[in-house]
Amino acid sequence: MSLLTIEGLWKNYHGHNVLRGIDLTVEAHEVVCLIGASGSGKSTLLRCVNLLETADDGTIHLDGEEITDVRADADGVRKRMGIVFQAFNLFPHMTVLDNITLAPRKVHKVGREQAEAQARDLLARFGLAAKAGSYPDQLSGGQQQRAAIIRAMATQPRLMLLDEVTSALDPELVTEVLGVIRELKEGGMTMILTTHEMGFCREIADTVCFLDGGVLLERGTPEQIFSNPGRPRTREFLQSVIDARRL
Amino acid sequence: MKSDGQMAIPTDWVKSERQVERERLRKQRSRRSSSIATVSTILVIILLFWVFTNSPGWPRVQETFFNSEQFVNALPEVLSGFLLNIKIFLIAEPLILIVGLLVALTRNLRAPVFFPLRALAVAYTDIFRGVPTILVIYLVGFGLPALGLQGMPTDLATLGVIALTLSYGAYVAEVFRAGIESVHPSQWAAARSLGLSHGRTMRYVVVPQAVRRVVPPLLNDFVSLQKDTALVATIGPLDALRQAQIHAASTFNYTPYLAAALLFILLTIPMARFTDYLAARSQKRRGQ
Ligand SMILES: Nc1ncnc2c1ncn2[C@@H]1O[C@H](COP(=O)(O)OP(=O)(O)O)[C@@H](O)[C@H]1O
Ligand SMILES: [Mg+2]
Repeated sequence: MSLLTIEGLWKNYHGHNVLRGIDLTVEAHEVVCLIGASGSGKSTLLRCVNLLETADDGTIHLDGEEITDVRADADGVRKRMGIVFQAFNLFPHMTVLDNITLAPRKVHKVGREQAEAQARDLLARFGLAAKAGSYPDQLSGGQQQRAAIIRAMATQPRLMLLDEVTSALDPELVTEVLGVIRELKEGGMTMILTTHEMGFCREIADTVCFLDGGVLLERGTPEQIFSNPGRPRTREFLQSVIDARRL
Repeated sequence: MKSDGQMAIPTDWVKSERQVERERLRKQRSRRSSSIATVSTILVIILLFWVFTNSPGWPRVQETFFNSEQFVNALPEVLSGFLLNIKIFLIAEPLILIVGLLVALTRNLRAPVFFPLRALAVAYTDIFRGVPTILVIYLVGFGLPALGLQGMPTDLATLGVIALTLSYGAYVAEVFRAGIESVHPSQWAAARSLGLSHGRTMRYVVVPQAVRRVVPPLLNDFVSLQKDTALVATIGPLDALRQAQIHAASTFNYTPYLAAALLFILLTIPMARFTDYLAARSQKRRGQ
């Protein structure tokens, strides 16, 4: 059984179809990278999987359970996933440590001491041990995103969704965040991520999916997609990325 | 600069002559601006004083409003009345905060079961923001006791507190609601995606941020509440205004009102300055 199965997923905003019948399966420990032009629906797809948006048609199964069922417990589903956005992730009125321990303590009912010990372990693993007591606005953008990823990790999710987590960062800060994602992959985490860093996508993805106008146009290994794309649109997109010197 | 094109690494900072000169000019300028401010303030005060004291009615005004003997006579009782104002304020303020926050939270409930509550909260804010505070005080002060309900308070000051709480609660609810809505939607998404329920998201993520933002406007409302405690005088408890009225009625001299006014100013000015200070501080923090 696949960890995540998306079948015939449609989403429209004000009559405009943003996702058009997406089919996608993700196996445990697989890293799926979504690429596509801005506006092609990558974020919307991730938000639908996290139930932050309600799908207009189709189904999503997580571990065999249909999470798009109207009777599904959305909070319970979200407990099993972590999502990190481009920005505004951390709660500005809490220290990094409190940000990370909030969900374990209040949602998963872990004791404060245990939650803090686990948080400090994670912070140390990702090189942020010294920042536990800092507030988000005392951190660099890269440190903030690392802390946000750690926070999503702290509840030991089955699946991580990362939406352009490096797009708001200065180039020299991108590397440290990518390092964290690399480390997650080594730990066997199942991930769906969207990124503009094509080099990184090629390196880390097991599967690359190309979205175009809400359609999952092409899917394959990084070698297939980057070296030998089957569709003219994919080729065009990759060419435009090369022209923008992002590959 | 070294010959190979590398920049010299600066060692220690020694203030350059240019910087010394700059700082001297800055000091000179700020001294000049403060002396200009002092002189112009003195001139304005002299002018105002001259206009008042040379007006035809000044001797009579001086006698009826600025009578030092009457002032000394009335002060003790006005002051004791003023303690009631402070008491009303101190009891009403926390009640208003609680009512305001509860109403704001109720208006944000999304589940359909809460529809009646939500509608009630909307009706409450609409009505009590629309009705003048003094009317609310009349209606509560004379209406509630008339209902003759068991356990209904009859103490005038208590009724005053209830009326002020109802009236100000509606304003404060709107302040809280604006604060809650000003928290970026991504914060909601981030909290919900961690599995926090609506209630927990409110409690741990949204409300703490909202409260921090609305402290300056709330304090502003409280400055206004401090003086509006005098409106309670209209239903009869012996507060500062009522004591002053009693004095004025027996002596035909209005100096006691001045005494009451001074007391209110003494209370509101520190609060107003504190509000300014907090506003300036949060401004500065945002500017960083
Ligand atoms: N909340 C929304 N309301 C209306 N339109 C939206 C909303 N969110 C996204 N869209 C539209 O959906 C399309 C896909 O957006 P998005 O999923 O953010 O694309 P991507 O992440 O690939 O750049 C865009 O045309 C965008 O304008
Ligand atoms: Mg996006």
